[in-house]
Amino acid sequence: MITRFLLQNMDKRGGVFLAILLGLALLVPLSNLLLPASSPFHVPTSTMSLWGKYLCYALLAVSLDLVWGYCGILSLGHGAFFALGGYAMGLYLMRQIGSRGVYGNPILPDFMVFLNWQELPWYWWGFSSFPFAMLMVLAVPGLLAFVFGWFAFRSRVTGVYLSIITQALTYALLLAFFRNDMGFGGNNGLTDFKDILGFNIQAQATRAALFSMTCVMLAAGFLIARGIVVSKLGKVVIAIRDAEPRTRFLGYRVDRFKLFVFTVSACMAGVAGALYVPQVGIINPSEFAPANSIETVIWVAVGGRGSLVGAALGAVVVNWAKTLFTSGFMAPYWLFALGGLFVVVTLFLPKGILGTAEALWARRGKPDNAPAAEPAPAE
Amino acid sequence: MNAPVPGALTSSLLYLDGVSVTFDGFKAIRGLSLTIEPGEMRAIIGPNGAGKTTMMDIITGKTKPDVGTVMFGGSVDLTKLDEAAIANLGIGRKFQKPTVFDSHTIEDNILLALKSKRTVGRTLFWKTEDPQQKRIDDILGIIRLADRRDRLAGLLSHGQKQWLEIGMLLAQDPKLLLVDEPAAGMTDGETAQTAVLLKEIARDHSVIVVEHDMGFIRELGVKVTVLHEGAVLAEGPLDHVSANERVVEVYLGR
Repeated sequence: MITRFLLQNMDKRGGVFLAILLGLALLVPLSNLLLPASSPFHVPTSTMSLWGKYLCYALLAVSLDLVWGYCGILSLGHGAFFALGGYAMGLYLMRQIGSRGVYGNPILPDFMVFLNWQELPWYWWGFSSFPFAMLMVLAVPGLLAFVFGWFAFRSRVTGVYLSIITQALTYALLLAFFRNDMGFGGNNGLTDFKDILGFNIQAQATRAALFSMTCVMLAAGFLIARGIVVSKLGKVVIAIRDAEPRTRFLGYRVDRFKLFVFTVSACMAGVAGALYVPQVGIINPSEFAPANSIETVIWVAVGGRGSLVGAALGAVVVNWAKTLFTSGFMAPYWLFALGGLFVVVTLFLPKGILGTAEALWARRGKPDNAPAAEPAPAE
Repeated sequence: MNAPVPGALTSSLLYLDGVSVTFDGFKAIRGLSLTIEPGEMRAIIGPNGAGKTTMMDIITGKTKPDVGTVMFGGSVDLTKLDEAAIANLGIGRKFQKPTVFDSHTIEDNILLALKSKRTVGRTLFWKTEDPQQKRIDDILGIIRLADRRDRLAGLLSHGQKQWLEIGMLLAQDPKLLLVDEPAAGMTDGETAQTAVLLKEIARDHSVIVVEHDMGFIRELGVKVTVLHEGAVLAEGPLDHVSANERVVEVYLGR
């Protein structure tokens, strides 16, 4: 049943996307580990880690597209779920340091010793176990989304108001995590990680494995999201996006459907955050910054809202451009470029780069005077 | 099929008594009483602001009345339920402005309306069984859109959207259908076809039709209720109410 659910009505675009991910998961680590640095096909470790980061962002974008593109919930706080997943992973990685910290305390992380704390706070318990930490990666963002969504969707908070309270949510968490007495490292966050599952986190092979894992999890996230949107539940969710009162009069409990996709999406964002942290080596409160969540919205809009592959593509393209821009003389102008990109895409490419490219491709094969056989879906 | 439920307070399918609702000091409905029998088709007319749409909002749970009784099937108090619960009880609604799901195909619109468990789990692992597919095909035939089933609903003409919405109501298989101005904006030919369609539906459903178009109501040939300022002004066959002086004064005479 699960396989049928994940693979039903697989289209060409999804197949190509999965094939590319699988190819990346295998070839990039192989090239990085086996080929000599002089080979033109060698992928340097820094490039691999950078692209691993992009793919984490792609998973975050897919999760946002699930709620925004398909259910019409414009979350401006998805960065919060990403960061919470990241912190859950960070807590595990901190506990793995053991007595190798600067202060050599076998139990307490350095920042707690520095703050003169005598024992581990209760909410750090269990995080030395990898399975428990992974459970928390899903459970913490999922539970927050469930509770938040429960109140918001039942009270029928929609549109701009919902966007604003999601923004407030991530901002509140930003302020909370900045505080030292929260016990999550305050301003500095969690860093100086040593091991993951006993492997040195700096080692080339570990980084290659993390990259592969990111590809696999992006593929899994895509399959789950796709399974949801092509199911009848997905049709209900699109119906809610387009005509919420009508859906309610058909007898669907709109709040429950919203709650379901919102919670699934938050778990997915949490996984993205958990993969991100070991690859960048740090998690700090700035990940909760409202600007991060807004940037995620831009990735999805640029790639193509309402297309899961488009969202992933948008995340990679925008972040690749960001790396390019912010490392040269253009650096001071990146935010202008990003804002400009959003305006241009909204005005001229409402279906994003993927939707526009496909429309051009479809038109190419037909004679000019033939009427469009399948007009594009109305938004 | 509509035998009174044991312990029922009334044998009527729908029973409104002394219903009033006020919006910001404006009495949209004042002491409205109305009963619909099982299997009945009723036309409701009235000038703008007579409270026709508000009455539908009350029956479908969108608006809660300040006072009054709204009973369905003799024993269910509709004022205590929300829209989804009322829809699942078997009350379907067609809006004045056709509201179909524009970015879904015609067939998917019917599928979404098709009577079934509306839970998250059931819809996530939904598989359309043969009898259900046959029902969808039948409805597409009735509303004359079978050959366009894969087209997006947003591309339909106004009249076709109205039919699609009626088809969605059929798929819901409700005990009571509320139909708000089904002939609005239709050509004469489409209006006549719509009347045939509604009469077909009324054979095994109770229907309330709100309509302005007198010719259309004459074609339906059913009992008429005239609303005025939120209360019933007259009730009876069309010829009877159109002879009523008050009705002529407030509505027909203009």
